[in-house]
Amino acid sequence: MTDDIILETRGLTKEFKGFIAVDRVDLKIRRGTIHALIGPNGAGKTTTFNLLTKFLPATSGTILFNGHDITRENAADVARRGIIRSFQISAVFPNLTVLENVRIALQRSLGTSFHFWKSESSLDTLNDRALALLERVDLRRFAQTHAGELAYGRKRTLEIATTLAMEPELMLLDEPTSGMGHEDVDLVKNLIKDVAKGRTVLMVEHNMGVVSGICDTITVLQRGAVLTEGPYAAVSTNPQVIEAYMGTAEAAHG
Amino acid sequence: MAAPDQYQPHASRDDAAEARYHRRAFLVMMVLFIGAPFVVYPVFVMKALCFALFACAFNLLLGFGGLLSFGHAMFLGMAGYAAAHAAKVWGLPPELAILAGSAASTVLGVVVGLLAIRRQGIYFAMITLALAQMVFFFCLQAPFTGGEDGIQSVPRGRFLGFLDLSNTMVLYYVVLAIFTAGFLLIYRIIHSPFGQVLKAIRENEPRAISLGYRTERYKLAAFVLSAGLAGLAGATKALVFQLASLTDVHWSMSGEVVLMTLLGGMGTIFGPVVGAFAIITMENYLAELGSWFTITQGAIFVVCVLAFRRGIIGELEAWLRKRRGG
Repeated sequence: MTDDIILETRGLTKEFKGFIAVDRVDLKIRRGTIHALIGPNGAGKTTTFNLLTKFLPATSGTILFNGHDITRENAADVARRGIIRSFQISAVFPNLTVLENVRIALQRSLGTSFHFWKSESSLDTLNDRALALLERVDLRRFAQTHAGELAYGRKRTLEIATTLAMEPELMLLDEPTSGMGHEDVDLVKNLIKDVAKGRTVLMVEHNMGVVSGICDTITVLQRGAVLTEGPYAAVSTNPQVIEAYMGTAEAAHG
Repeated sequence: MAAPDQYQPHASRDDAAEARYHRRAFLVMMVLFIGAPFVVYPVFVMKALCFALFACAFNLLLGFGGLLSFGHAMFLGMAGYAAAHAAKVWGLPPELAILAGSAASTVLGVVVGLLAIRRQGIYFAMITLALAQMVFFFCLQAPFTGGEDGIQSVPRGRFLGFLDLSNTMVLYYVVLAIFTAGFLLIYRIIHSPFGQVLKAIRENEPRAISLGYRTERYKLAAFVLSAGLAGLAGATKALVFQLASLTDVHWSMSGEVVLMTLLGGMGTIFGPVVGAFAIITMENYLAELGSWFTITQGAIFVVCVLAFRRGIIGELEAWLRKRRGG
């Protein structure tokens, strides 16, 4: 059933001057699932993300989104197709307000983004939708705050709200809980579970508590190549994975 | 549905207060400019107004687009030549000569922008500088620019057919009207849907791309708008001084506009105006210092960058905000 596969890579490879960061990776992301990409540091997780979202060109291999070859498209076009990513370090627009951050994502749909002669207040029609999205991530009361002044955890949730505003078919989250305290991690974990309804999520994540709790499928990368793939129960008992990764994961978890 | 206190911002930005402040400051500025020629030598104020518009156009690109061009003199100077040539050789009326000047800079802006926008930071600055140097040598060699002499005794003519620009006071208010129109257009650009995207790109370009914005197109649009408005300033200046010369395309002019913008406050609405007036005033009154003037200017630049990086208006606004908040 190819219809079930939203994103597929065939032999995806990235070489940096003789160093192979991503080595013939074949991924199949099933529609409507939460899929995690894990692996030790330097395994090529973020590079894979950059390849999928076209922030880096692939050396070889093919990327298919809904059966359509997107290997040669640029980053903005891939975003327009509905693949929206977040970044490992928080990616907000710090000197814009929280409301404006979300509105930037909604704004393109108005088709006035090049209208330099129009008043900013023409964007106010988007405020209700933006506030509703902020409500969903519990940031509504910060609507007029500069995004740069938010606490770290809230910046990450703002990012999720901005990503949601694009109504992405496929969300790519790069370590959504990194650098967070315990409470924030649970908050974001539940938020991801909530927003994943009706869409597909691919995430890079180090926190095994998050991965085991919400992910349907887990792909383990090691030195740029796929080590194994499966549900958490199978992956976590795989001796190869334990050797390569779980030692550090146990430490991170405990 | 939401309780009113939920709308109450936490550590908020007060849009209404900001708009009020901008309106008031704008009114004060207009009153000063309308009264200025009765107190100060009008040609001096006109010169400062032209540079103020130039700096505002530059600030649109640097302060709101995050792009540091080190070749903006080419737009000021090229528009000056085009306007002077249009008025003197083609005999166009002043309003059309000014439009011709702006149009020339806009076209130049498209060409330079297409080449420069592909690079960022220091590389962007270097490409604009290199292209500006090429424009400088073109202006030095091309027959229509008059080489070292420039285009002299440019006729001012009658603006829109009935405003006689040989009368200094009439000329002054026409220049003020052009400055005001340019200033308000820049204000609108900053506060438009386009301006929002531009600010987002300045803040975090990868994120803007990941939201589906083809950021190079927005940067190019900002570059072209900035070039055209810098051209408006250059064309007006050529009519005021009845002269288009190499001074305005020289690289030191590109440096001067950076200085004006930084001194006044990059990324603020009124900063470039204040910066331009401060620099032009210093030039006028410290001119007798000769080459020491350049050293004074350099010292001011260093002090500005080291001690008050936000510039005069930037520091003032930060202080006001703190006072209001605390």
